[in-house]
Amino acid sequence: MGRLDASQLAAQACTRNGGDATRLLQVLIDVQEKAGWLSAELISAVAAELGVPRVRVEGVAGFYSFLYTEPVGNYRVLFSDNITDRMLGAPELMDALCGKLWVERGKLSEDGLVSVDTTSCTGMCDQGPALLVNGRPLTRVDHRRVNQIAELIRRKEPLYAWPSELFRVDDNIRRRDALLGPDQRPGEALRAALTRGREDWLAQMRLSNLRGRGGAGFTTAVKWQACRDAAGADKVVVCNADEGEPGTFKDRVLLSSFADQVFEGMTLAAWAVGAQRGFLYLRGEYRYLLDHLQHVLARRRSAGLLGNAILGETGFDFDIDIHLGAGAYVCGEETALLESLEGKRGTPRIRPPFPVTHGYLGRPTVVNNVETLAKTTLIALHGGEAFAATGTAQSTGTKLLSISGDCAYPGIYEYPFGVSIEHVLEDCGASDVQAVQVGGASGMTLASYEFHRRIAFEDVPTAGAFMIFDSSRDMFEVARNFVHFFAHESCGFCTPCRVGTSLLDNYMNKLASGYGAKMDLADIEWINRLLRQSSHCGLGSSAPNAVVDALVKFRPAFERHLRNLDFEPAFDLNAALAGARTAAGRDDPGAFLDREQETTR
Amino acid sequence: MSRQFLFDGQPVPFEDGQTILQAAHAAGHYIPHLCWHPDFPPHGSCKLCIVKVGGRHVSSCALPAKEGMEVESNTPEINGERRALLQMLFVEGNHFCPSCEKSGNCQLQALAYDLEMLTPRFNHFFPDRPVDASHRDMLLDFNRCIFCELCVRASRDVDGKNVFALTGRGIHKHLAVNAESGRLADTDFAADDLAANICPVGVILHKRVGFAVTIGKRKYDAKPIHTVALEEGE
Ligand SMILES: Cc1cc2nc3c(=O)[nH]c(=O)nc-3n(C[C@H](O)[C@H](O)[C@H](O)COP(=O)(O)O)c2cc1C
Ligand code: SF4
Ligand code: SF4
Ligand code: FES
Repeated sequence: MGRLDASQLAAQACTRNGGDATRLLQVLIDVQEKAGWLSAELISAVAAELGVPRVRVEGVAGFYSFLYTEPVGNYRVLFSDNITDRMLGAPELMDALCGKLWVERGKLSEDGLVSVDTTSCTGMCDQGPALLVNGRPLTRVDHRRVNQIAELIRRKEPLYAWPSELFRVDDNIRRRDALLGPDQRPGEALRAALTRGREDWLAQMRLSNLRGRGGAGFTTAVKWQACRDAAGADKVVVCNADEGEPGTFKDRVLLSSFADQVFEGMTLAAWAVGAQRGFLYLRGEYRYLLDHLQHVLARRRSAGLLGNAILGETGFDFDIDIHLGAGAYVCGEETALLESLEGKRGTPRIRPPFPVTHGYLGRPTVVNNVETLAKTTLIALHGGEAFAATGTAQSTGTKLLSISGDCAYPGIYEYPFGVSIEHVLEDCGASDVQAVQVGGASGMTLASYEFHRRIAFEDVPTAGAFMIFDSSRDMFEVARNFVHFFAHESCGFCTPCRVGTSLLDNYMNKLASGYGAKMDLADIEWINRLLRQSSHCGLGSSAPNAVVDALVKFRPAFERHLRNLDFEPAFDLNAALAGARTAAGRDDPGAFLDREQETTR
Repeated sequence: MSRQFLFDGQPVPFEDGQTILQAAHAAGHYIPHLCWHPDFPPHGSCKLCIVKVGGRHVSSCALPAKEGMEVESNTPEINGERRALLQMLFVEGNHFCPSCEKSGNCQLQALAYDLEMLTPRFNHFFPDRPVDASHRDMLLDFNRCIFCELCVRASRDVDGKNVFALTGRGIHKHLAVNAESGRLADTDFAADDLAANICPVGVILHKRVGFAVTIGKRKYDAKPIHTVALEEGE
């Protein structure tokens, strides 16, 4: 692309975004959708157009996994690398596709046509293995589909001409309760809250004792009240639809089939705190839902449920903008999300101050999870007391679980809080279960002797992931997958997480290749401790959870990977010779050091 | 009325808005730090300044002091953790202290001595980070960057130039300069910018002044960093 074309593309994208530098990330996504990748000229052009330093644009472009500062192919295939996709055969399928297309994983094919690589969990765990092709999710990949995809790519078939069946995404709702059960008419809950009046509406929220469904479990009414009481008139409501926690996909289903409730919840929050601006931060992996969501927003505007004087209430003005993410798990952390919304790198902020007083552009801001907001419609409709009547005393209402892994019926299950792990396992048709990972990679690994425990903030808290592992699975590999995820997703801001997650990743790989020693376990435990205690945000402090749990509950799975030596030099001669082997084009046994010989020596 | 908190068992007075680190320093108690600088708002990235308050680890450079807090800082536990953080910074980059122009003036090295870091403990990453010698007066040796962003902040907030920013993510994060060519020579960077004189380690160096002061006679050679920092208000 010439410099002239670059300027034109940048100018158009900036115009579409109102020339607003806080929309830098949206501009870059827009430009890339047209140009394929962000060349140095494009980055300069965007910077000039928005009037921001070029290096700032480069900094943002370099942060997000789905923004490319190197040339990419016409077809970009990214296999979801979550453990559940892997258990369904993703690695072999990826190798098969690479073989058929004559590409090396992670490299652009020589003709510039295609690249194949992995990406963090795409939120399709109940219909995996899944992949993204040019950002669009493709589910249920098997060898037949791999052949089909390879053929479509070789024929250079444009994506819109691919069979739509390949892109089918199912809701797989298996158990419905208060939220997923009864139909709600758009505006019904809002009307109920307006009738109550703002004070009573907040009182109902307090009575409900609703706690955040995004992971931390903070009481929603307290958050809303704090935002409402904060100084400053331009208050903001943000819906966190980043859903990056591996194994979690319930927000995807809410956005697909219950979008009205989600937007209505945001409007209810706006009414409570007095906000006029709303944002929904949609993870890049769910870009395919954007048109649908825009359509719902437009419908709500024409029904008087968004815009000025909502439902005829003078002074109740509120509207919602959708911002896209671009492949960064950390942007689910609320302050990183706010940075990203402001068009910056997704680096978590120093807290205090908290978003309720200093959020989006320094304004008082409520950030809530998709499910939390959808739940508020039930409180508006039936009152706080009715809501608090289900669940447990400290965890009221229901919880959506995203169930995947070794079971007969993966999908979405809505349960009142307090349901036991055993009960859930029975419902989803799981047998011979060795472990359940509740709450995703950052959650808890439960062994079979803990299956009597209950899903609730006071026992086993969860943002919604529930991944099942039967006795054939290697729990060391599960932990290794999660560690790799955190190393890939660390934003790199603070020392313990930036370096510690990569060190852990290296130790786990060393163990996996059979070179680990007892000493390494001690180092692993030491790094875990540093991560937990000194990390800047929840990503780093929860990164070691799976390893810690596996070391305590599945230690034999670790020790199987150890050599029976007390000391092992860190230097791995075989690995060090990899470059020489590639250069010499050798891959035969003679080019490797004989492991057996080495041990007996 | 002056309010106070307990720092390693000793009362330390503080004023509204002061962080734990500021109040401690004012009272003559040193807390190790790398990304904090007295002339800038707290950054919070290096985590060398961690202390324990009520059993929880917090960044003392960022957390406002509160009446009655009990802060633990100079303890074997916390210093052990700080040492490990230093080890992480050392293995992440390429630090060949004996041949580094910053040796003796480097805060990373000085802290490593002060906290008795004797080995790197972890495996080195040996990243490939080419130097940028394009500028007439200045040299960038990225091998030593600890991502404190002091140069970024100084250039943006004081020099008004935005010469630097970080790009990449996680362990691949790195410093970039404000030029399409990626070369420092193509920016408006100047040797008397604050950003040219603020790097706590040996990344941003002045050309033609190498080893003007011999090793052994430098800032942290005579006195340890915990003394120098308090004397000079750093
Ligand atoms: C690394 C990290 C990732 C997170 N990802 C999400 C996410 O994808 N969705 C979400 O709602 N909350 C996520 N959170 C929690 C948010 O910071 C925040 O607590 C939440 O959005 C608040 O909403 P709630 O009170 O309704 O749960 C994440 C937190 C961390 C530390
Ligand atoms: S803990 Fe990790 S993700 Fe969080 S700020 Fe530190 S480096 Fe970034
Ligand atoms: S170059 Fe120096 S001042 Fe700039 S971020 Fe790196 S270590 Fe900090
Ligand atoms: S000095 Fe506090 S985090 Fe760096």
